[in-house]
Amino acid sequence: MRPPAEFYQRDREWHPPALTPDYKTSVARSPQYSLISLENTVSEITGPVFGHNDIDPIDNDLLSNYAKPGEGPIGERIILHGRVLDENARPVPNTLVEAWQANAGGRYRHKKDTYFAPIDPNFGGCGRTVTDENGYYVFRTVKPGAYPWRNWVNSWRPAHIHLSIFGSGFVQRLITQCYFEGDPLLPHCPIVKSIPSQEARDALVAALDLNATIPLDTIAYKFDIVLRGRRSTLFENRLEGN
Amino acid sequence: MVQSLDYLKETPSQTAGPYVHIGLAPGAAGFDIYREELGRDIAGPNAKGTRIHVEGCVYDGMGAPIKDVLIEVWQANSEGHYAHPEDGGGVEEGFRGWGRVISDFDTGLWGFDTVKPGPLAGRNGGQQAPHLNFWIVARGINVGLNTRMYFEDEAEANAKDQVLNLIEWEHRRATLVASKSERDGQPVYRFDIRLQGDAETVFFDV
Repeated sequence: MRPPAEFYQRDREWHPPALTPDYKTSVARSPQYSLISLENTVSEITGPVFGHNDIDPIDNDLLSNYAKPGEGPIGERIILHGRVLDENARPVPNTLVEAWQANAGGRYRHKKDTYFAPIDPNFGGCGRTVTDENGYYVFRTVKPGAYPWRNWVNSWRPAHIHLSIFGSGFVQRLITQCYFEGDPLLPHCPIVKSIPSQEARDALVAALDLNATIPLDTIAYKFDIVLRGRRSTLFENRLEGN
Repeated sequence: MVQSLDYLKETPSQTAGPYVHIGLAPGAAGFDIYREELGRDIAGPNAKGTRIHVEGCVYDGMGAPIKDVLIEVWQANSEGHYAHPEDGGGVEEGFRGWGRVISDFDTGLWGFDTVKPGPLAGRNGGQQAPHLNFWIVARGINVGLNTRMYFEDEAEANAKDQVLNLIEWEHRRATLVASKSERDGQPVYRFDIRLQGDAETVFFDV
């Protein structure tokens, strides 16, 4: 078997640093010593494998996966779709994508969320899917509402959907948040602004996608996800035992 | 000017937030939606080797337990093989070697059952001591934290482990070694993770 190639190193100047004081919770939860840089071993280049048997087809449809028969959640019906690619621009097929979000009123179905916007009886707020052979994924849901949070007294999160993605190696593991084009709260959010560059922040904003919109039915937003890429050849430092 | 390289940039990370359970462990958020939540059974019924329990707490910089943390575990089986096509070895049927663990909302304590992994191949023909790979996310953590848990009763293998030996400050290596005890006849390993302070756990840029 050909020795597995290593992943490109993560660009730590592109991602948010651990300590971002305007996002107050990061202050006591950010390591203070430097991360120890580790060349990939078999522990890093492998990762869990999921298949269609792990999930159900309805799991990616948040409009129906928690709704009573014949009913549906309140809110703007949207499609969130896109491709999972790697840094080499190659599709990442058969990878698990999980999503969670607040309802249209900005309330999460979580025992620790006490915001007084109501729970929607027909909305759970989570979904999951496995990308197809072209790396494509799609969710159907409602657009989440903005909501207040305790950071400064008057802090509001822009509308967002949390996304969790695996890839083929454990070092590609990623959790991020997808925002929506045109949201006026984006420039005010300290979590968005934990990301240093505007270019990188823009990479988290889904674009209105009229071509994928279903007329008279559902508005579409497109959100591509990029996971770490890997070298195609190994010249030295062969990983052994594979 | 030069030609531009056609690489894409990795999607930037954002915190998992306080409600990560909704997406990754909805039962803990307080509702039942999926046929089966993923990552509950790490080793499966057929795994060979020693059944163990691993538990601990993640502490913030003030020494308070983090009660909304989510940890993912990735490990080899007792023969040192990962359930992945690029690992040349096989694993027992039902062994995925991956788990998802959340802390108790009141105490911050987390724990899981699995099998003890075996030693496995390292770089350049070397060997790695048995270890579990951890990935830690929570509110306030902007990029998931990678670390490893090693085993107290593998002192000889740990002393030769390439990764532990990369850590220049020898006293910090101990932050990655879980202590062993026994409960109801089963080995229990305690692995506390400290995000800050003198005993800050070693985290890796993998």
